[in-house]
Amino acid sequence: MNTFDYVRPSTVPDAVAAAAAPGSAYLASGTNLLDLMKVGVARPDRLVDITHIAGLDRIERLPDGGLRIGALVRNADLAHDPDFARSYPAVAEALLSGASAQLRNAATIGGNLLQRPRCAYFYDPFSACNKRAPGSGCDALHGENRLHAVLGWSPSCIAVHPSDFCVPLIALDAFVEIEGRNGRREISLDALHLLPGDTPERETALEPGDLIVALRLPARAAVFAGHARYLKLRERTSYAFAVVSAAAALEMEDGAIRQARLALGGVAAKPWRARAAEESLAGERPGEAIFRRAAEAALADAKPSGDNAFKIELARRIVVRALALAAAGTPARLPALPGSPFSSAPGALHDA
Amino acid sequence: MPFCISLTVNGVKRNIEFDDPRVTLLDLLRERLDLTGAKKGCDRGQCGACTVLVNGRRINSCLALALSHDGAEVLTIEGVAQGEALHPVQAAFIAHDGFQCGFCTPGQIMSAIGLINEGHAGDDPERIREAMSGNLCRCAAYIGIVEAVQDAQKAIAEAGRRDAA
Ligand SMILES: Cc1cc2nc3c(=O)[nH]c(=O)nc-3n(C[C@H](O)[C@H](O)[C@H](O)COP(=O)(O)OP(=O)(O)OC[C@H]3O[C@@H](n4cnc5c(N)ncnc54)[C@H](O)[C@@H]3O)c2cc1C
Ligand code: SF4
Ligand code: FES
Ligand code: FES
Repeated sequence: MNTFDYVRPSTVPDAVAAAAAPGSAYLASGTNLLDLMKVGVARPDRLVDITHIAGLDRIERLPDGGLRIGALVRNADLAHDPDFARSYPAVAEALLSGASAQLRNAATIGGNLLQRPRCAYFYDPFSACNKRAPGSGCDALHGENRLHAVLGWSPSCIAVHPSDFCVPLIALDAFVEIEGRNGRREISLDALHLLPGDTPERETALEPGDLIVALRLPARAAVFAGHARYLKLRERTSYAFAVVSAAAALEMEDGAIRQARLALGGVAAKPWRARAAEESLAGERPGEAIFRRAAEAALADAKPSGDNAFKIELARRIVVRALALAAAGTPARLPALPGSPFSSAPGALHDA
Repeated sequence: MPFCISLTVNGVKRNIEFDDPRVTLLDLLRERLDLTGAKKGCDRGQCGACTVLVNGRRINSCLALALSHDGAEVLTIEGVAQGEALHPVQAAFIAHDGFQCGFCTPGQIMSAIGLINEGHAGDDPERIREAMSGNLCRCAAYIGIVEAVQDAQKAIAEAGRRDAA
């Protein structure tokens, strides 16, 4: 790890001012940043520790019924907040399907949105990686790429965004509040993460020194609360990133789907909203055939970026299953293994 | 020494000076405070051997920057017994053979104490297994660990009822 200056501002303006120095990085709980610093991939000259800023750890109901979540709220605290989990159950399920209890206790929601890709070549300073060292090439293109992107990738980078949390958030039209050198602004979460194009080193729409201060969920996103699920396929039962995942949310009226929301994880450099699939579901009665049609629409533009053609059919099946689970209704209590299609008890039927 | 933080470690408040901003909470405990109970398995958040409670919550101390935890209360495996009396989770790990080589055990026990405080798993073995999935055991003592957590949880609840009566 390189050494660094350490500053600990106590207000948002002080943090933004401190991060104006070139080479600065914000430190939240550090579960991603310290990991990257240990392997020499992140080498900040200055750490601006935001964890002592007061007031960023609150979950507030807004006058219009929406919810505003401070950037320093811990992943576990948000998932277990009863009001939040009741209104946005698929988001709580996604949070609890990620990482481990220890990591969720530490990880902040701002850090979760901005976590970096898990591509092994990105993590290895001796490999070619356009994201880490622009212009050096991409060793993943002809390397270990089973878990890489099938949507929105370019030959310059095929990495996926690893967050579970972002997948239902993007389906529910979440907004991000940002404080920067020119004051406060807000953007949709859909506009936060960028596809690689020719500039994979540019992962988000944030400018240097921009601080995420809060995340907002609109009141209307709670209409899906009765029919919302997150489903995540992993290579082991728990404590693993998604191979592919899907968030499905339905608003039901008289046995028919009034409107649908659908997003995929583990497939692209950003959480992937499937709008054409959503539209294909509106007005239909839930059923295997229309779910399969929606899944085809969601993956219509997919193409393998390496040894990962299997992810396309897998994603379709996860979409069908997530929609079927959502149609069946949000369970009163989250399953023992949140987001899992399997059970950890030998011989037991899964309860997802 | 350019850096100084104050930590309450196992109930004792200490001011700790050090000269390198890169020190993790795990390295601070092990190298500077001689509390070698918390183990360094992976140093990357992937095994749970370094689990300690910070302000009552279990976290991975290997991914925590010491400087950032100025003012925190830290509980490590060295601080859980009351003199000669083992913590109920320690006693239950012995009773149920919740370990073999013992390397992961301090992390498992601190994680189990954190899990019981959190109170989300109840008595359901599947929920306990999931809530303990952040602690790997190379000796695969998992069956005994789940039983130990169930038993310790009962013992703690009973002791609580006795105290209340
Ligand atoms: C072993 C392991 C397994 C994991 N498994 C999963 C998983 O299954 N699913 C999943 O979704 N995640 C998983 N994670 C990732 C985990 O969710 C993230 O590490 C965590 O959410 C990051 O939050 P943090 O507060 O620690 O951020 P930090 O590490 O402190 O920061 C991460 C990045 O965000 C920036 N940043 C942080 N906060 C702000 C802010 N408010 N404004 C601007 N920039 C900011 C930092 O500069 C840094 O670049 C796993 C992590 C580990 C180590
Ligand atoms: S896929 Fe992206 S992150 Fe991975 S090596 Fe290629 S350029 Fe780097
Ligand atoms: S040493 Fe901290 S999780 Fe492995
Ligand atoms: S007892 Fe040996 S690693 Fe768990």
